[in-house]
Amino acid sequence: MASQNLQSVPAELSPEEQEREAAGQAYFDRIISEDSRIEPRDWMPAAYRKTLLRQISQHAHSEIIGMQPEANWITRAPSLKRKSILMAKVQDEAGHGLYLYSAAETLGQSRDQMMEDLIAGKARYSSIFNYPTISWADMGAIGWLVDGAAICNQVPLCRASYGPYGRAMVRICKEESFHQRQGFEILLELSNGTPAQKQMAQDAVNRWYAPSLMMFGPPDEDSPNSKQSMAWNIKRFSNDELRSRFVGMMVEQVRVLGLTLPDKDIRFNEETKKWEHGPLDWNEFKEVLAGRGPCNSQRIERRREAHENGAWVREAAVAYTRKQAQKENAA
Amino acid sequence: MSTPETTDFVIEGHGDISVGVHGAGASGDGSASATRITPGNALRPEDIALEIKKGQVKPSEDVAQYALRIGDDGLILAQRLGHWISRAPELEEDIALGNIALDQLGHARSFLTYAGAAWGKSEDDLAYFRREHEFRSAHLFEQPNGDFAVTIARQFIVSYYQFELYSALAASTDPTLAAISAKAVKEVDYHRDHSAQWVLRLAGGTDESRKRIIQGFKLVWPYVDEIFEDDELTTRLAEAGVTVQPSSLRAEFDRLTGEIMAEAELEIPGVPQSLGGGRRGKHSEFLGYILAEMQVLAREHPGASW
Repeated sequence: MASQNLQSVPAELSPEEQEREAAGQAYFDRIISEDSRIEPRDWMPAAYRKTLLRQISQHAHSEIIGMQPEANWITRAPSLKRKSILMAKVQDEAGHGLYLYSAAETLGQSRDQMMEDLIAGKARYSSIFNYPTISWADMGAIGWLVDGAAICNQVPLCRASYGPYGRAMVRICKEESFHQRQGFEILLELSNGTPAQKQMAQDAVNRWYAPSLMMFGPPDEDSPNSKQSMAWNIKRFSNDELRSRFVGMMVEQVRVLGLTLPDKDIRFNEETKKWEHGPLDWNEFKEVLAGRGPCNSQRIERRREAHENGAWVREAAVAYTRKQAQKENAA
Repeated sequence: MSTPETTDFVIEGHGDISVGVHGAGASGDGSASATRITPGNALRPEDIALEIKKGQVKPSEDVAQYALRIGDDGLILAQRLGHWISRAPELEEDIALGNIALDQLGHARSFLTYAGAAWGKSEDDLAYFRREHEFRSAHLFEQPNGDFAVTIARQFIVSYYQFELYSALAASTDPTLAAISAKAVKEVDYHRDHSAQWVLRLAGGTDESRKRIIQGFKLVWPYVDEIFEDDELTTRLAEAGVTVQPSSLRAEFDRLTGEIMAEAELEIPGVPQSLGGGRRGKHSEFLGYILAEMQVLAREHPGASW
């Protein structure tokens, strides 16, 4: 199924190079058809490399930008236990960013370059992080809905055909399960708390529900890259398929929370055996993606500020290492 | 209750989003805590709270007052360090400073939980519902983060001090203080290493980084004497073997920090020592702002559980 994506070999290649390319493509096609793994040194089509780089770097950026809406509540967390959990969670996200940048580096792009692209506004990240966290309950809703949606997206990626990506996802998914659980726990506690706390929880669920459904990406008919990614065994299920599964799980869990989802149209379609949800405002999604969300410029500015304020520290570390090496050589 | 078509969805226990729905009770079971990753049988604040509840431990007024001091130091520093997460010079430092903040907060939670047992108060009662003059943190811990060099200079002093303190407290006649400290000292040992490495790098890096670390030390050094100050409380507790006099930790602190400073070719700043007073409730201007931010939500909902 991958052979239909064969790239035409550029004419300027020598016969030996052409032969190598053809052998590489044959190896790649066999690996994909066996549902096995491509490793960094293996030959791979340029488009496969490009697609992966785009996806993994976007994913890494999402982890890094995603630290901000939650870091927003670290200093104000209402109990020391919650503060401690939240710190650990945001710290995990930095770790996820690191694994993912490392995985992307195996495809030939440096972390510095990816960071520059992010700061320059050239790279994308999950657009949900452009919404503000205005109450403590948002920590619960992000964990439960946003991390929940992320897990649905990411569990199948543990089997992605590109080895470093799949392996990074295994670790990330383990930690994300904790994150989702702590979000659920925050909402459960609020829902069983005072009327003001319960109201806070419901308000947060109302605000994060639709954006979290849109995390799965546009509807299948409007998602041009999905088909190719599925053929390459990077993506395993379509956007709508994953979204439907997610809705089904949330329907069940929201009842335990004693809260409601702000969607009257949720139903289980007995014919298709799939969960269905109400219409989503894809215009808003596109607006936020295009930079017109409430926090787009704030998020990038924070990253730029941290990066630029830290430049002298990174330079110092490099200079120190160089000087130490010189000393050792001289000795 | 089962969700249709989930068979190929869960891979060997990873990525579970079941959230334990079937057994989830309304009280939010502590066993589901994301931070419950302490290896072995290390003491957690929850364990101390349980011992208190069972009536197995109760500190004397003196011990409680003392635990309050150390707990407040850690709490205020964690509050400061937590601000770095998502703002550090590189991702590795977001993680490292976050880790140090978490360790400090963990120690603080244990000490405050224990202190609170003397007065029927929880760690959160003490953290969120005391006013400025009731805090017992030393001024060093309240100092602003400044740039990365200031944070490192502050952390360097703190971790070399805490290492000596917790090493001594691990032999305390008070078993709870000893147990908390025995765990803390292992973590603080890493903090020492982290800050010492950065002192060396910044001092021996570029002209700019050297200038900044010199300035950083100048800003925080006035608050060193206060942490080694003896008073009536520490005298009584030292006589009982609960702790040692803070002044007795100074020589080793000076020796070990001096070694790193010498290697970094840095001078101990010749700055006047501040009068301090944190242990008596006399604080910097900074503490009010720290508390305002830390306490705002909890105070909006008094009596609420989170």
